[in-house]
Amino acid sequence: MSSIRVSIDSDNCIGSGQCALTASKVFTQDDDGFGMVLPGREDGAGEPLVREAVRACPVQAITIEEN
Amino acid sequence: MTDTGRVHATLPSGPPTPSFPRDRTCPYRPPESYDALAADGPVTRVALYNGRVVWLVTGHAEARALLTDPRVSTSRQNPDFPMVAPRTESQSTVVLPLLGVDDPEHARQRRMLIPRFGLKRVNAMRPQIQAVVDRLLDAMLDAGPGADLVPAYSLPVPSTVICSLLGVPYADHDFFESRSRRLFLARTAAASTGALDELRDYLRGLIARKEAEPGEGLLDELIAERLAEGEVDREELVMMAVLLLVAGHETTSNMISLGTYTLLEHPQELAALRADPALMPGAVEELLRFLSIADGLVRVAVEDFDLGGRTVRAGDGVMISTSVVNRDTAAYDHPEDLDVHRSARHHVAFGYGVHQCLGQNLARAELEIALTTLVRRVPTLRLAVPPGEVPVKPGDTLQGLFALPVTW
Repeated sequence: MSSIRVSIDSDNCIGSGQCALTASKVFTQDDDGFGMVLPGREDGAGEPLVREAVRACPVQAITIEEN
Repeated sequence: MTDTGRVHATLPSGPPTPSFPRDRTCPYRPPESYDALAADGPVTRVALYNGRVVWLVTGHAEARALLTDPRVSTSRQNPDFPMVAPRTESQSTVVLPLLGVDDPEHARQRRMLIPRFGLKRVNAMRPQIQAVVDRLLDAMLDAGPGADLVPAYSLPVPSTVICSLLGVPYADHDFFESRSRRLFLARTAAASTGALDELRDYLRGLIARKEAEPGEGLLDELIAERLAEGEVDREELVMMAVLLLVAGHETTSNMISLGTYTLLEHPQELAALRADPALMPGAVEELLRFLSIADGLVRVAVEDFDLGGRTVRAGDGVMISTSVVNRDTAAYDHPEDLDVHRSARHHVAFGYGVHQCLGQNLARAELEIALTTLVRRVPTLRLAVPPGEVPVKPGDTLQGLFALPVTW
Protein backbone atom coordinates (compact mmCIF):
# COMPACT_ATOMS: atom_id res chain seq x y z
CA MET A 1 0.00 0.00 0.00
CA SER A 2 1.38 3.40 -0.94
CA SER A 3 1.85 6.13 1.59
CA ILE A 4 2.59 9.82 1.33
CA ARG A 5 4.63 12.34 3.26
CA VAL A 6 3.44 15.97 3.32
CA SER A 7 5.80 18.84 3.99
CA ILE A 8 5.91 22.65 3.68
CA ASP A 9 8.90 24.67 2.52
CA SER A 10 8.81 27.45 5.10
CA ASP A 11 11.29 29.56 3.13
CA ASN A 12 8.73 29.86 0.33
CA CYS A 13 5.59 30.13 2.46
CA ILE A 14 3.92 33.57 2.34
CA GLY A 15 1.42 32.81 5.09
CA SER A 16 -1.65 32.98 2.86
CA GLY A 17 -3.35 30.35 5.03
CA GLN A 18 -4.75 28.52 2.00
CA CYS A 19 -3.50 25.12 3.25
CA ALA A 20 -5.11 25.50 6.68
CA LEU A 21 -8.33 26.82 5.15
CA THR A 22 -8.52 24.02 2.59
CA ALA A 23 -7.47 21.00 4.70
CA SER A 24 -7.59 21.93 8.37
CA LYS A 25 -7.21 18.26 9.40
CA VAL A 26 -3.64 18.30 8.14
CA PHE A 27 -2.44 21.91 8.06
CA THR A 28 -2.37 24.83 10.46
CA GLN A 29 -0.39 28.04 10.85
CA ASP A 30 2.24 28.56 13.50
CA ASP A 31 2.15 31.60 15.79
CA ASP A 32 4.07 33.62 13.21
CA GLY A 33 1.50 32.97 10.50
CA PHE A 34 3.48 30.42 8.48
CA GLY A 35 1.91 27.20 7.30
CA MET A 36 2.81 23.93 9.03
CA VAL A 37 1.77 20.31 8.94
CA LEU A 38 -0.02 19.31 12.14
CA PRO A 39 2.24 17.03 14.21
CA GLY A 40 1.38 13.40 13.48
CA ARG A 41 -0.45 14.27 10.23
CA GLU A 42 2.62 14.16 7.96
CA ASP A 43 1.08 11.08 6.31
CA GLY A 44 -1.87 13.20 5.14
CA ALA A 45 -4.26 11.44 7.56
CA GLY A 46 -6.16 10.00 4.60
CA GLU A 47 -7.51 13.49 3.86
CA PRO A 48 -8.29 13.87 0.14
CA LEU A 49 -8.30 17.67 0.48
CA VAL A 50 -4.51 17.62 0.93
CA ARG A 51 -4.16 17.60 -2.84
CA GLU A 52 -6.57 20.52 -3.10
CA ALA A 53 -4.40 22.38 -0.58
CA VAL A 54 -1.34 21.75 -2.75
CA ARG A 55 -3.21 23.31 -5.65
CA ALA A 56 -4.48 26.21 -3.54
CA CYS A 57 -1.07 27.20 -2.20
CA PRO A 58 -0.18 30.38 -4.14
CA VAL A 59 3.56 29.68 -4.02
CA GLN A 60 3.67 25.85 -4.39
CA ALA A 61 5.28 25.51 -0.97
CA ILE A 62 3.61 22.15 -0.20
CA THR A 63 5.23 18.91 -1.33
CA ILE A 64 3.70 15.44 -1.35
CA GLU A 65 6.24 12.63 -1.51
CA GLU A 66 4.83 9.31 -2.65
CA ASN A 67 6.49 6.32 -1.04
CA MET B 1 5.36 60.08 -17.30
CA THR B 2 3.43 58.36 -20.04
CA ASP B 3 4.27 55.30 -22.04
CA THR B 4 2.49 56.39 -25.20
CA GLY B 5 4.73 56.04 -28.19
CA ARG B 6 6.99 53.35 -26.79
CA VAL B 7 7.83 50.70 -29.32
CA HIS B 8 6.39 47.24 -28.69
CA ALA B 9 7.31 45.12 -31.65
CA THR B 10 4.92 42.25 -31.05
CA LEU B 11 2.01 44.41 -30.04
CA PRO B 12 1.18 46.87 -32.80
CA SER B 13 -1.48 49.34 -31.75
CA GLY B 14 -4.40 50.47 -33.87
CA PRO B 15 -7.86 49.17 -34.67
CA PRO B 16 -9.60 46.90 -34.09
CA THR B 17 -8.05 46.24 -30.67
CA PRO B 18 -10.78 46.39 -28.00
CA SER B 19 -10.28 48.83 -25.15
CA PHE B 20 -9.66 47.77 -21.55
CA PRO B 21 -10.74 48.27 -18.84
CA ARG B 22 -14.37 49.28 -19.38
CA ASP B 23 -17.11 50.33 -16.98
CA ARG B 24 -19.48 47.74 -15.56
CA THR B 25 -23.17 48.32 -16.19
CA CYS B 26 -24.35 45.74 -13.69
CA PRO B 27 -22.10 46.26 -10.65
CA TYR B 28 -21.57 42.55 -10.02
CA ARG B 29 -20.87 41.43 -13.60
CA PRO B 30 -17.99 42.20 -15.93
CA PRO B 31 -19.04 44.45 -18.84
CA GLU B 32 -20.83 42.45 -21.56
CA SER B 33 -18.09 43.39 -23.99
CA TYR B 34 -15.62 41.27 -21.98
CA ASP B 35 -17.40 38.16 -23.32
CA ALA B 36 -15.74 38.76 -26.68
CA LEU B 37 -12.33 39.07 -24.99
CA ALA B 38 -12.74 35.67 -23.35
CA ALA B 39 -13.92 34.18 -26.64
CA ASP B 40 -10.67 35.24 -28.32
CA GLY B 41 -8.68 32.68 -26.30
CA PRO B 42 -7.09 32.60 -22.87
CA VAL B 43 -4.67 35.40 -23.82
CA THR B 44 -5.77 38.24 -26.07
CA ARG B 45 -4.83 41.83 -26.95
CA VAL B 46 -6.43 44.97 -25.57
CA ALA B 47 -5.72 48.70 -25.85
CA LEU B 48 -5.27 50.91 -22.80
CA TYR B 49 -6.54 54.50 -22.45
CA ASN B 50 -3.30 55.88 -23.92
CA GLY B 51 -3.41 53.65 -26.99
CA ARG B 52 -0.81 51.18 -25.78
CA VAL B 53 -1.64 47.57 -26.61
CA VAL B 54 -1.04 44.94 -23.93
CA TRP B 55 -1.84 41.26 -23.42
CA LEU B 56 -4.95 40.43 -21.45
CA VAL B 57 -5.19 37.06 -19.70
CA THR B 58 -8.74 35.70 -19.39
CA GLY B 59 -8.04 31.98 -18.77
CA HIS B 60 -7.89 30.60 -15.22
CA ALA B 61 -4.92 28.27 -15.75
CA GLU B 62 -3.02 30.92 -17.70
CA ALA B 63 -3.64 33.55 -15.00
CA ARG B 64 -2.28 31.26 -12.29
CA ALA B 65 0.72 30.40 -14.47
CA LEU B 66 1.46 34.05 -15.12
CA LEU B 67 1.12 35.10 -11.48
CA THR B 68 3.72 32.53 -10.42
CA ASP B 69 6.10 33.30 -13.30
CA PRO B 70 9.33 35.07 -12.29
CA ARG B 71 9.65 36.36 -15.86
CA VAL B 72 7.15 39.14 -15.11
CA SER B 73 7.73 42.11 -12.84
CA THR B 74 5.45 44.29 -10.78
CA SER B 75 7.90 47.20 -10.52
CA ARG B 76 6.42 50.55 -11.47
CA GLN B 77 9.99 51.74 -12.00
CA ASN B 78 10.25 49.51 -15.07
CA PRO B 79 9.71 52.03 -17.92
CA ASP B 80 7.57 49.47 -19.75
CA PHE B 81 5.15 48.97 -16.83
CA PRO B 82 1.67 49.59 -18.28
CA MET B 83 -0.42 52.51 -17.09
CA VAL B 84 -4.11 51.66 -16.72
CA ALA B 85 -5.34 55.23 -16.23
CA PRO B 86 -3.74 58.70 -16.06
CA ARG B 87 -4.01 58.39 -12.30
CA THR B 88 -1.64 55.40 -12.12
CA GLU B 89 1.22 57.44 -13.61
CA SER B 90 1.77 58.78 -10.09
CA GLN B 91 2.90 55.29 -9.06
CA SER B 92 6.13 55.59 -11.01
CA THR B 93 7.18 58.57 -8.88
CA VAL B 94 7.67 56.46 -5.77
CA VAL B 95 8.61 52.87 -5.00
CA LEU B 96 5.50 51.07 -3.79
CA PRO B 97 6.58 48.49 -1.22
CA LEU B 98 5.12 44.95 -1.41
CA LEU B 99 2.90 45.21 -4.48
CA GLY B 100 5.40 47.28 -6.49
CA VAL B 101 8.61 45.33 -5.79
CA ASP B 102 9.80 41.91 -6.90
CA ASP B 103 11.49 39.20 -4.85
CA PRO B 104 13.82 39.10 -3.01
CA GLU B 105 13.04 42.64 -1.82
CA HIS B 106 9.33 41.86 -1.74
CA ALA B 107 9.89 38.76 0.41
CA ARG B 108 11.97 40.75 2.90
CA GLN B 109 9.15 43.29 3.31
CA ARG B 110 6.36 40.75 3.38
CA ARG B 111 7.97 38.54 6.00
CA MET B 112 7.99 41.47 8.43
CA LEU B 113 4.19 41.62 8.16
CA ILE B 114 3.08 37.99 7.82
CA PRO B 115 2.82 37.24 11.58
CA ARG B 116 0.31 40.04 12.14
CA PHE B 117 -1.93 38.81 9.30
CA GLY B 118 -1.81 35.09 10.14
CA LEU B 119 -4.93 33.05 10.88
CA LYS B 120 -4.33 32.92 14.63
CA ARG B 121 -3.86 36.66 14.96
CA VAL B 122 -6.86 37.32 12.72
CA ASN B 123 -9.06 34.87 14.64
CA ALA B 124 -8.05 36.58 17.87
CA MET B 125 -9.41 39.82 16.36
CA ARG B 126 -12.88 38.36 15.66
CA PRO B 127 -14.52 39.47 18.94
CA GLN B 128 -13.23 42.99 18.36
CA ILE B 129 -14.51 42.99 14.75
CA GLN B 130 -17.88 41.74 15.99
CA ALA B 131 -18.03 44.58 18.55
CA VAL B 132 -17.28 47.19 15.84
CA VAL B 133 -19.95 45.70 13.57
CA ASP B 134 -22.56 45.64 16.35
CA ARG B 135 -21.85 49.20 17.42
CA LEU B 136 -22.16 50.50 13.86
CA LEU B 137 -25.37 48.56 13.26
CA ASP B 138 -26.84 49.86 16.53
CA ALA B 139 -26.18 53.42 15.36
CA MET B 140 -27.55 52.77 11.87
CA LEU B 141 -30.73 51.13 13.15
CA ASP B 142 -31.28 53.87 15.75
CA ALA B 143 -31.03 56.56 13.07
CA GLY B 144 -33.29 54.74 10.59
CA PRO B 145 -35.16 53.30 8.92
CA GLY B 146 -33.13 54.26 5.88
CA ALA B 147 -29.36 54.73 5.44
CA ASP B 148 -26.58 54.90 2.92
CA LEU B 149 -24.82 51.64 3.78
CA VAL B 150 -21.42 52.89 2.52
CA PRO B 151 -20.72 55.62 5.12
CA ALA B 152 -22.91 53.95 7.78
CA TYR B 153 -21.40 50.47 7.63
CA SER B 154 -19.26 49.21 4.76
CA LEU B 155 -16.58 51.90 5.06
CA PRO B 156 -16.32 52.34 8.87
CA VAL B 157 -16.12 48.59 9.59
CA PRO B 158 -12.77 47.96 7.82
CA SER B 159 -11.54 51.49 8.49
CA THR B 160 -11.95 51.05 12.26
CA VAL B 161 -10.38 47.58 12.17
CA ILE B 162 -7.29 48.58 10.16
CA CYS B 163 -6.77 51.66 12.37
CA SER B 164 -6.78 49.47 15.44
CA LEU B 165 -4.44 46.92 13.85
CA LEU B 166 -1.94 49.53 12.66
CA GLY B 167 -2.24 51.90 15.61
CA VAL B 168 -3.60 54.79 13.51
CA PRO B 169 -6.07 57.09 15.34
CA TYR B 170 -9.56 56.50 13.92
CA ALA B 171 -10.31 60.17 14.67
CA ASP B 172 -8.28 60.93 11.49
CA HIS B 173 -10.49 58.74 9.29
CA ASP B 174 -12.11 61.56 7.29
CA PHE B 175 -8.64 62.72 6.29
CA PHE B 176 -7.21 59.39 5.16
CA GLU B 177 -10.45 58.07 3.65
CA SER B 178 -10.86 61.13 1.42
CA ARG B 179 -7.20 61.04 0.25
CA SER B 180 -7.49 57.33 -0.34
CA ARG B 181 -10.62 57.87 -2.43
CA ARG B 182 -8.72 60.43 -4.51
CA LEU B 183 -5.85 57.98 -4.96
CA PHE B 184 -8.26 55.47 -6.51
CA LEU B 185 -10.53 57.85 -8.42
CA ALA B 186 -8.50 60.91 -9.45
CA ARG B 187 -8.77 61.67 -13.16
CA THR B 188 -5.24 63.15 -13.36
CA ALA B 189 -1.79 62.04 -12.27
CA ALA B 190 -1.32 65.35 -10.41
CA ALA B 191 -4.41 64.86 -8.25
CA SER B 192 -3.42 61.30 -7.44
CA THR B 193 0.18 62.26 -6.64
CA GLY B 194 -1.10 65.05 -4.38
CA ALA B 195 -3.25 62.62 -2.42
CA LEU B 196 -0.33 60.19 -2.10
CA ASP B 197 1.94 62.99 -0.85
CA GLU B 198 -0.61 64.02 1.77
CA LEU B 199 -0.93 60.44 3.01
CA ARG B 200 2.86 60.09 3.19
CA ASP B 201 3.19 63.36 5.14
CA TYR B 202 0.48 62.21 7.54
CA LEU B 203 2.03 58.80 8.19
CA ARG B 204 5.57 60.24 8.36
CA GLY B 205 4.30 62.53 11.12
CA LEU B 206 2.44 59.73 12.88
CA ILE B 207 5.51 57.48 12.85
CA ALA B 208 7.64 60.30 14.31
CA ARG B 209 5.08 60.83 17.09
CA LYS B 210 5.01 57.11 17.79
CA GLU B 211 8.80 57.01 18.12
CA ALA B 212 8.48 59.57 20.91
CA GLU B 213 5.39 57.99 22.40
CA PRO B 214 4.95 54.32 21.45
CA GLY B 215 1.49 52.76 21.19
CA GLU B 216 0.31 49.20 20.61
CA GLY B 217 -0.25 48.80 16.88
CA LEU B 218 1.61 47.08 14.08
CA LEU B 219 3.32 50.37 13.19
CA ASP B 220 4.62 50.60 16.75
CA GLU B 221 5.95 47.03 16.51
CA LEU B 222 7.65 47.80 13.19
CA ILE B 223 9.23 50.95 14.64
CA ALA B 224 10.55 49.12 17.69
CA GLU B 225 11.60 45.87 16.02
CA ARG B 226 12.53 46.83 12.47
CA LEU B 227 13.18 50.56 12.10
CA ALA B 228 15.32 50.75 15.25
CA GLU B 229 17.28 47.69 14.06
CA GLY B 230 17.83 49.12 10.60
CA GLU B 231 15.89 46.34 8.85
CA VAL B 232 13.59 48.88 7.21
CA ASP B 233 14.37 52.49 6.38
CA ARG B 234 12.09 55.33 7.34
CA GLU B 235 10.60 56.17 3.94
CA GLU B 236 10.08 52.48 3.20
CA LEU B 237 8.15 52.15 6.47
CA VAL B 238 6.13 55.29 5.67
CA MET B 239 5.09 53.86 2.29
CA MET B 240 4.32 50.46 3.82
CA ALA B 241 2.06 52.25 6.29
CA VAL B 242 0.30 54.16 3.46
CA LEU B 243 -0.26 50.94 1.58
CA LEU B 244 -1.57 48.97 4.57
CA LEU B 245 -3.91 51.78 5.61
CA VAL B 246 -5.31 52.32 2.11
CA ALA B 247 -5.54 48.67 1.07
CA GLY B 248 -6.89 47.75 4.49
CA HIS B 249 -10.07 49.75 4.16
CA GLU B 250 -10.84 50.44 0.48
CA THR B 251 -10.97 46.84 -0.67
CA THR B 252 -13.07 45.38 2.12
CA SER B 253 -15.39 48.38 2.09
CA ASN B 254 -16.17 47.78 -1.58
CA MET B 255 -16.74 44.10 -0.89
CA ILE B 256 -19.19 44.72 1.97
CA SER B 257 -21.38 47.17 0.04
CA LEU B 258 -21.20 45.34 -3.28
CA GLY B 259 -21.65 41.99 -1.53
CA THR B 260 -24.78 43.28 0.21
CA TYR B 261 -26.19 44.66 -3.05
CA THR B 262 -25.48 41.37 -4.80
CA LEU B 263 -27.20 39.31 -2.10
CA LEU B 264 -30.23 41.64 -2.16
CA GLU B 265 -30.41 41.05 -5.92
CA HIS B 266 -30.24 37.25 -5.40
CA PRO B 267 -33.03 36.68 -2.86
CA GLN B 268 -32.80 32.88 -3.07
CA GLU B 269 -29.15 32.90 -2.11
CA LEU B 270 -29.84 35.42 0.65
CA ALA B 271 -32.64 33.21 2.00
CA ALA B 272 -30.28 30.22 2.03
CA LEU B 273 -27.76 32.22 4.08
CA ARG B 274 -30.47 33.35 6.50
CA ALA B 275 -31.61 29.76 6.96
CA ASP B 276 -28.08 28.46 7.50
CA PRO B 277 -25.45 31.00 8.65
CA ALA B 278 -22.82 28.20 8.50
CA LEU B 279 -22.87 28.76 4.71
CA MET B 280 -21.32 32.21 5.14
CA PRO B 281 -17.59 31.34 4.86
CA GLY B 282 -18.31 29.59 1.53
CA ALA B 283 -20.58 32.45 0.47
CA VAL B 284 -17.77 34.94 1.12
CA GLU B 285 -15.48 32.93 -1.20
CA GLU B 286 -18.23 32.87 -3.82
CA LEU B 287 -18.78 36.63 -3.51
CA LEU B 288 -15.04 37.20 -3.84
CA ARG B 289 -15.03 35.11 -7.02
CA PHE B 290 -18.24 36.57 -8.41
CA LEU B 291 -17.43 40.23 -7.74
CA SER B 292 -13.66 40.24 -8.49
CA ILE B 293 -13.34 43.84 -7.35
CA ALA B 294 -9.63 44.13 -8.25
CA ASP B 295 -10.41 43.55 -11.91
CA GLY B 296 -7.19 44.22 -13.77
CA LEU B 297 -3.91 42.97 -12.27
CA VAL B 298 -0.88 44.44 -14.04
CA ARG B 299 2.58 43.05 -14.85
CA VAL B 300 5.40 43.72 -17.29
CA ALA B 301 7.38 40.94 -18.96
CA VAL B 302 11.12 41.03 -18.29
CA GLU B 303 11.91 38.03 -20.51
CA ASP B 304 10.28 36.36 -23.52
CA PHE B 305 7.90 33.48 -22.83
CA ASP B 306 4.90 31.65 -24.25
CA LEU B 307 1.51 31.88 -22.58
CA GLY B 308 -1.79 30.48 -23.81
CA GLY B 309 -0.48 30.03 -27.36
CA ARG B 310 0.94 33.56 -27.58
CA THR B 311 4.53 34.73 -27.40
CA VAL B 312 5.02 37.46 -24.83
CA ARG B 313 8.19 39.51 -25.35
CA ALA B 314 10.29 41.29 -22.74
CA GLY B 315 8.83 44.78 -22.31
CA ASP B 316 5.27 43.74 -23.14
CA GLY B 317 2.56 44.70 -20.68
CA VAL B 318 0.35 41.89 -19.39
CA MET B 319 -2.94 42.33 -17.56
CA ILE B 320 -5.33 39.88 -15.95
CA SER B 321 -9.07 40.42 -15.84
CA THR B 322 -9.92 38.65 -12.59
CA SER B 323 -13.67 38.88 -13.26
CA VAL B 324 -13.29 36.97 -16.53
CA VAL B 325 -10.72 34.53 -15.13
CA ASN B 326 -13.05 33.78 -12.23
CA ARG B 327 -15.80 32.98 -14.75
CA ASP B 328 -13.70 30.55 -16.79
CA THR B 329 -15.92 27.56 -17.56
CA ALA B 330 -12.84 25.31 -17.42
CA ALA B 331 -12.61 26.12 -13.69
CA TYR B 332 -16.24 26.57 -12.58
CA ASP B 333 -19.61 25.12 -13.55
CA HIS B 334 -22.18 27.79 -14.45
CA PRO B 335 -19.77 30.55 -13.47
CA GLU B 336 -22.34 33.25 -14.34
CA ASP B 337 -24.52 32.13 -11.43
CA LEU B 338 -24.04 33.26 -7.86
CA ASP B 339 -24.23 30.04 -5.86
CA VAL B 340 -23.50 30.22 -2.12
CA HIS B 341 -23.39 26.42 -1.98
CA ARG B 342 -20.57 26.02 -4.48
CA SER B 343 -16.90 25.60 -3.69
CA ALA B 344 -15.40 28.76 -5.17
CA ARG B 345 -11.93 27.52 -4.25
CA HIS B 346 -8.99 28.57 -6.44
CA HIS B 347 -10.48 31.93 -7.44
CA VAL B 348 -7.93 34.66 -8.14
CA ALA B 349 -9.82 37.54 -6.50
CA PHE B 350 -6.89 37.96 -4.07
CA GLY B 351 -4.38 37.33 -6.85
CA TYR B 352 -2.06 34.33 -6.79
CA GLY B 353 1.69 33.79 -6.42
CA VAL B 354 3.96 35.66 -4.03
CA HIS B 355 1.92 38.86 -4.26
CA GLN B 356 -1.37 37.24 -3.22
CA CYS B 357 -3.19 39.61 -0.87
CA LEU B 358 -1.45 39.90 2.50
CA GLY B 359 -4.69 40.85 4.23
CA GLN B 360 -6.86 38.11 2.74
CA ASN B 361 -7.64 36.36 6.01
CA LEU B 362 -8.46 39.61 7.76
CA ALA B 363 -10.72 40.47 4.81
CA ARG B 364 -12.45 37.07 5.06
CA ALA B 365 -13.07 37.55 8.79
CA GLU B 366 -14.43 41.07 8.31
CA LEU B 367 -16.69 40.02 5.43
CA GLU B 368 -18.03 36.97 7.28
CA ILE B 369 -18.82 38.96 10.41
CA ALA B 370 -20.16 42.07 8.65
CA LEU B 371 -22.44 40.15 6.27
CA THR B 372 -23.60 37.53 8.82
CA THR B 373 -24.54 40.22 11.33
CA LEU B 374 -26.24 42.46 8.76
CA VAL B 375 -28.32 39.56 7.43
CA ARG B 376 -29.31 38.43 10.94
CA ARG B 377 -30.03 41.80 12.51
CA VAL B 378 -31.78 43.48 9.57
CA PRO B 379 -33.99 40.75 8.11
CA THR B 380 -36.12 43.22 6.13
CA LEU B 381 -33.13 44.99 4.54
CA ARG B 382 -33.88 46.15 0.97
CA LEU B 383 -32.72 48.67 -1.61
CA ALA B 384 -34.24 52.13 -1.18
CA VAL B 385 -33.84 52.93 -4.92
CA PRO B 386 -34.31 50.89 -8.09
CA PRO B 387 -31.27 48.58 -8.57
CA GLY B 388 -30.20 50.36 -11.74
CA GLU B 389 -29.90 53.69 -9.91
CA VAL B 390 -27.18 52.62 -7.49
CA PRO B 391 -24.03 54.53 -8.54
CA VAL B 392 -21.27 52.18 -9.76
CA LYS B 393 -17.53 52.95 -9.70
CA PRO B 394 -15.72 53.27 -13.06
CA GLY B 395 -13.98 50.27 -14.61
CA ASP B 396 -10.41 51.54 -14.24
CA THR B 397 -10.28 51.28 -10.45
CA LEU B 398 -11.40 49.01 -7.60
CA GLN B 399 -14.94 47.91 -8.40
CA GLY B 400 -17.70 48.91 -6.01
CA LEU B 401 -20.53 51.32 -5.29
CA PHE B 402 -20.31 55.03 -4.50
CA ALA B 403 -23.43 54.75 -2.36
CA LEU B 404 -25.91 52.05 -1.36
CA PRO B 405 -29.26 53.51 -0.27
CA VAL B 406 -31.08 50.89 1.79
CA THR B 407 -34.08 50.76 4.08
CA TRP B 408 -35.72 48.14 6.30
